[in-house]
Amino acid sequence: MSTLDIFWQQLANGLILGSFYSMVALGYTMVYGIIKLLNFAHGDIYMVGGFVGLIVLSLLSPFLGAGWAGILVAMIISMILVGLLGVLIQRIAYVPMLSAPRLSILITALAVSMVLYNFVMSMTSGEYKAFPVDLGYEGLEFGNVFITYTQIILVSSTATLMLVLHLFISKTMYGKAMRAIAIDQDACRLMGINVKTIIAMTFFVGSALACAAGVMAGVYYGSIHFFMGFLIGLKAFTAAVIGGIGSIPGAVLGGLILGLLEAFGTQLPFIGSEWKDVFAFGILILLLLFKPTGLLGKTEIERM
Amino acid sequence: MLEKNKIKLNNIYALLVVVVLAMPLVANNYVLNTFSDVWFYVIVCLGLNIVVGYAGLLDLGYAAFFAVGAYTTAILTTTFGMNFWMTIPFAMLFAAISGVIIGGPTLRLRSDYLAIVTLGFGEIVRLTARNLEITGGASGIYGIERPFFFGIEMNGSIHFYYAFLMLAFLAIFVSFRLQYSRLGRAWQYVREDEDAAEAMGINRVRVKLSAYVIGAVLGGVAGSFFAVKMTAISPETFMFTQSILILLGVVIGGMGKIPGVVCGAFILVLFPEIFRFVGDMRLLAFAVIMLIIMLKRPQGLWPSRLG
Repeated sequence: MSTLDIFWQQLANGLILGSFYSMVALGYTMVYGIIKLLNFAHGDIYMVGGFVGLIVLSLLSPFLGAGWAGILVAMIISMILVGLLGVLIQRIAYVPMLSAPRLSILITALAVSMVLYNFVMSMTSGEYKAFPVDLGYEGLEFGNVFITYTQIILVSSTATLMLVLHLFISKTMYGKAMRAIAIDQDACRLMGINVKTIIAMTFFVGSALACAAGVMAGVYYGSIHFFMGFLIGLKAFTAAVIGGIGSIPGAVLGGLILGLLEAFGTQLPFIGSEWKDVFAFGILILLLLFKPTGLLGKTEIERM
Repeated sequence: MLEKNKIKLNNIYALLVVVVLAMPLVANNYVLNTFSDVWFYVIVCLGLNIVVGYAGLLDLGYAAFFAVGAYTTAILTTTFGMNFWMTIPFAMLFAAISGVIIGGPTLRLRSDYLAIVTLGFGEIVRLTARNLEITGGASGIYGIERPFFFGIEMNGSIHFYYAFLMLAFLAIFVSFRLQYSRLGRAWQYVREDEDAAEAMGINRVRVKLSAYVIGAVLGGVAGSFFAVKMTAISPETFMFTQSILILLGVVIGGMGKIPGVVCGAFILVLFPEIFRFVGDMRLLAFAVIMLIIMLKRPQGLWPSRLG
């Protein structure tokens, strides 16, 4: 393969990886933007999303087969289910803690993450579970660069979901309310916005997106595992910070940048693929040190 | 009345000390091993308590310091044939250096960013240990020799029971002395109100950094002893979950208060042991109970009055 071929191949790989990161990063950034909570359990919601998708898909596949139609229906059903799970978690664990010190709510989020993760671990006995899909390996070939149809469909579905989210946030009343709450919660309450419902809705949307990413990861990699949420949770957070936490276009941009950096980073002569996570975290730390507001974030003025 | 209560409390503490000292006379190996773990977690939880409880800095990568101590001892004893006791100062030194490396540049960050950075550092340390040759890669280092203590080879549960017990006493003593020292009061001031503390002439960065370094040194020493007790260490020992476990020990007991943290370490080790009969579900049960404790008593079971 020539250098140019490697470039295009890594570009494709990076975009796919990046679109997964973006989808999960969106949930982080939306929740952070609205209640300033770093939802540590978000990576685990992605993982649970993968498993819910697996269950729904196995129930549906006798009727719809193991192709794209079944995956689409299963994905929509599991997005709704996991969205509701997100709302449930918010009601049980985060609502009572909103007035508590910052440290307590962060630790509560960690506890939620532990519950989800240990639950799935004991249900699956810690084993990898194969995704019941059969999509084949056909694809398009551009010279030496090979892109499967699965990859194309996955990237375009994430793009579609993000477009829908963008329209939802920018064009509907609910989206407007979300943006308003991120700016000033108390003023929103005075203006008659039902703040509680909107916050719950944010959790619903964020969790549903994470679930979609989880199902897609299952489809793409062919198997899922209870531990898969941890690393992607951390990476998606990195992505959200790169883009500027609280900013929705920032999360998408940050995810893509991180995906591309990782894909190309493994090609550098002194960084092998075993160093790729070190590379990603190194970027996160450097970024937080030198530009904590990220690429598209706003500077926060701290009042005393 | 208050004086009387204090005497009563002191009597209880004295009784507890006698009980833990005399325990090996009656206990079997299983109990001794479990309690060695308890003392081990008392040490690391108190170390983390200095960072999280006293100075109010959320650290999600504490296992990294503990890893630095364990790997220093393991490498120096196996590759360089050094005596175990000689490696402890090195373990402390390297843990302190890593405390400065992690703490130095990050302490200006807000609490939730700091949490993520420490998490990232913790993972970097683990992944580095996994990828380097000197640390034995993914399989880690094994065959670490047991040390001699005045001619006695420390190879039984009872030896490590006492070793960790003594370290735990030392950690309690150090924490106690620090809590009421000038530095300890400065930490608590910074935790309660950073800006006011700075206005009062406290050097914010230096005070926070010293919390990191002292916490790291305690973790490093615990790591050294851990390495010789286990005789084998691998990167997976220092996973993120380990850091979280230590943090939960600090938090469920009550951040910033020594008896609270000690009690948290007990819960951390004894709870999963007692619930062994529920099998695979015990970690889940543990997680659910953590969540309930956080929701019902966000200050911990035995909170600090200042909190």
